[in-house]
Amino acid sequence: MTHSDEHSTETIIGLEVHVQLKTETKLFCGCSTAFGGPPNTQVCPVCLGHPGALPVINAHAIELSIRAGLAINCSIPPMTKWDRKQYFYPDLPKGYQISQFDLPICAEGHLEIPAVSEDDPTRRIGIIRAHLEEDAGKSMHDEASGQCDSRIDLNRCGTPLLEIVSYPDLRSSHEAKAYLDELKLRMTHLGISDCEMQEGSLRVDANVNLHLKANGKKIATPIVEIKNMNSFRAVEHAIDYEVDRQYDLWEETGKTIEEESKTTRGWDDTTGKTFLQREKEESADYRYFPDPDLLPIRISQERVDEIRATLGELPGETLERLQQQHRIKAYDAEVIVNQGREFISFFEEVATACDDGKRASSWFQQDVLRTMNDQQLSVSQFPINGQQLGLLLRKVSSGELDNSRARDVFQFMLTNDGEVDSAIQSLGIASVGTDELEGLCQNLLESNPQIVEDYRNGKQQAVGSLIGQAKKKNPNANPKAVRETLIKLIQTM
Amino acid sequence: MLDSASEILRLQASGEASAVEIIKRSIEQIEASQDKINAYTCVNAELAIRDAETVDVKRKSGQPLGKLAGVPVAVKDILCTTDMPTTCSSKMLENFMAPYDATVVRRLREEDAILVGKTNMDEFAMGGSTETSAFGVTRNPWDNNRTPGGSSGGAAACVASGTVPLSLGSDTGGSIRQPAAFCGVTGLKPTYGRVSRYGLVAFASSLDQVGPIAWSVEDVAVLTDVISGFEPRDSTSLNQEPPCLSSVLQSNDLRGLKIGILEDALNSEGIEPSIRQSVIDAAETFKQAGAEIVEIQLPHSEHYVPTYYVIAPSEASSNLSRYDGAHYGHRSAKVDGDLLASLGPLAATYCKSRSEGFGTEVKRRIMIGTYALSEGYADQYYNQALKVRRLIKSDYDAAFSQVDLLLGPTTPTTAFPLGERLDNPLQMYLVDLFTVGANLAGIPAISLPAGLNSSGLPIGIQLQAPALQESRLIFAGSAYQAMTDFHKLRPDNFSF
Ligand SMILES: [Zn+2]
Repeated sequence: MTHSDEHSTETIIGLEVHVQLKTETKLFCGCSTAFGGPPNTQVCPVCLGHPGALPVINAHAIELSIRAGLAINCSIPPMTKWDRKQYFYPDLPKGYQISQFDLPICAEGHLEIPAVSEDDPTRRIGIIRAHLEEDAGKSMHDEASGQCDSRIDLNRCGTPLLEIVSYPDLRSSHEAKAYLDELKLRMTHLGISDCEMQEGSLRVDANVNLHLKANGKKIATPIVEIKNMNSFRAVEHAIDYEVDRQYDLWEETGKTIEEESKTTRGWDDTTGKTFLQREKEESADYRYFPDPDLLPIRISQERVDEIRATLGELPGETLERLQQQHRIKAYDAEVIVNQGREFISFFEEVATACDDGKRASSWFQQDVLRTMNDQQLSVSQFPINGQQLGLLLRKVSSGELDNSRARDVFQFMLTNDGEVDSAIQSLGIASVGTDELEGLCQNLLESNPQIVEDYRNGKQQAVGSLIGQAKKKNPNANPKAVRETLIKLIQTM
Repeated sequence: MLDSASEILRLQASGEASAVEIIKRSIEQIEASQDKINAYTCVNAELAIRDAETVDVKRKSGQPLGKLAGVPVAVKDILCTTDMPTTCSSKMLENFMAPYDATVVRRLREEDAILVGKTNMDEFAMGGSTETSAFGVTRNPWDNNRTPGGSSGGAAACVASGTVPLSLGSDTGGSIRQPAAFCGVTGLKPTYGRVSRYGLVAFASSLDQVGPIAWSVEDVAVLTDVISGFEPRDSTSLNQEPPCLSSVLQSNDLRGLKIGILEDALNSEGIEPSIRQSVIDAAETFKQAGAEIVEIQLPHSEHYVPTYYVIAPSEASSNLSRYDGAHYGHRSAKVDGDLLASLGPLAATYCKSRSEGFGTEVKRRIMIGTYALSEGYADQYYNQALKVRRLIKSDYDAAFSQVDLLLGPTTPTTAFPLGERLDNPLQMYLVDLFTVGANLAGIPAISLPAGLNSSGLPIGIQLQAPALQESRLIFAGSAYQAMTDFHKLRPDNFSF
């Protein structure tokens, strides 16, 4: 906080996060939720709001919502119901959004965020509620034509969203980012959401204001809701910008929360500024009332317990376990955990199969991840299975293959055949016999007397250059074996 | 012939008439009466005859036939059909073609019924006289200067004018039973959830229910059997096997049945004396069949209509938000001037499209409902009405702990002259006095023809039963019709 020398200033941030649930179909109809289809191809009378069509709740969305609630320590009330939130907009074909007003599916919870800096303690951020609702469609305004021409794509309309509302417990943009990171990690790890901001499956609105102490008086600046932030980085920048703007504005006008109601500002990534979207939020009257087309849902404690039992490890627990069980560093464990559950279990299969967690970890961080990124592969699409990859790494650990040779085998396995042994055979990697190796080494030593001399004078690394030469003459020669043979021969010379 | 589904089925089975002959007869009868009665918003002669040919071919080749094979049926224009427009008698949906069939329509087609047309109604089912239709009033076949009732006025008049033996209406506050009473036919509102609302254009979702209209309880039972049952696409549809109503038809033995006669309704102000007398006579008939008759009260009955006129418009104001001109239905061609300047292009288009597309009564109810749900007023109106609705349910629970059925009038008066109440909404709302209770409580109720008054206008009596007990209504109703001939009375000038 740059202004703390003049007045004591505290930044107050609350986040509203919309998470798109990973269901195959929409919240109240059977239409696909797949991203990126041609406009208005994933629609039916229900999500188009046609006369006479009726909603039916998607049971999977309920399950995922409970899962999400449990992941952020929410209590799950025994009954939840549906309310209509009414307003007119072209991307809302029914003229109302089916949402939850007074009985959300998830009540009161919290999320622990890791310490932002070394001297910060871990912080507990309160969560007010999480409620389930249907998404609206997408309006595309073609302002360039000058005709106010608008097009509407209703593919997204009816997609299940869980809106997670935090208390205003966050105190800096860093904390906001840490909260979002942790939330995203849990939602992706537990298969609740993809949390892709670019695809709109995670959206963030931030409520920001300042608490100041000036001349011994406590003052709060008017609350601003920031929208349109398309990355976590943008959230951080927008909050920082807004903190400075509000401070300057307060110095200029002295306006406090009592004198001005909440305003809505958009974030412009290119200018790096927030801009006014809606002045004085006229307390919009959504005329909420219980949706008579849907029945309230009762959720038994047994059901909640059942879902809790399937949660498995939370990311924090996995992080701990990977470090202990596979003896890898915290940073490496974090990279693996961030890739999600499938990746973690792939890693663990390989680590177990080769019995060398560190080696598996380094291969996963480099070769496996790079391949996945380059070829846009998911874990399930990966051409080599865990057992075979484990076998390959085991051969490296045992010295049967060196790293570079192992990479050749890996590449071959990726494009041809996932079997280690047949790959080794196809590449003509045959183990070199002792006689052959000794002959090769003998020849090298004879033509490099200087190296023999250096070694005898205590420069043990001198034989290193011969290993390279040996590999050139016979690519199958194992460097470790070459080194051992060379030393043995020198000693008996 | 066109006044009995069972007769039509018999004629076809015996080879005395083909489905095509029957449908042609129905079409002729529609053509002969439409100018005078205007029961239909759409008649689909060509398709109906083609469908009838299919039935005849099926019959000749010995293929299995549905329960209503070759029977002409009309459906209220609030039920979605893929082959005829679904207008709700509103300019808003004047040319709207639904992309799917309502569940009840699908079930009719599955039983080989022939859909001959869609029937006129009050706009979006809001009204009690079919006078708020954007496509002209429907006239009562018994007296063409009077209303057939509403909102399913066309659905009752199309049966009473001998064009079809069966029709489907919808009942939100009495919209099947009241026109059935005014037109001298039988009409049933099933238990809420018994018949799926999928494809029934919503007026007030927690009250709406599709139901049959026919001359006799027997035909009503057959049609109810066809349309009832669970629909997974409708969350409020009851997931349980409905009983076969056609198999509970009774002759005249009602021993062991206890019927409560609603004394307060009989003594209410403004009830036509002939209607009062008909209810008393009906009680006597039931007594003769061995039923026990006791007097009974519904203590909160004075609150039923006010409660209904808060809840129904509230839900309607929300349900009708979708008609904004953006996606389908009427959109105002040109928005300009002050409206554009003051609201901007989007809100101005909404405003003008809705102003042009909706009629006065619909606008009135949207306004009432929007107000009742508004912040600061919801507790006073909508939430208060929900509380009273719970009291109403307990009224019925208490009554049904003492008796098996409730007997009373369907309406306070017989059919009133066209135009009489159009400018007096409060007077119009009173036609629902005895019918809204069943909707608010979600229970089944039937209106039975009970004779004519001195002006020759039909009178209806109402039986109400506990939830899911349609069979009791059919049981007692069929006994009543076995012992009386009121359901056999026909208006003049119609050949049946
Ligand atoms: Zn859909």
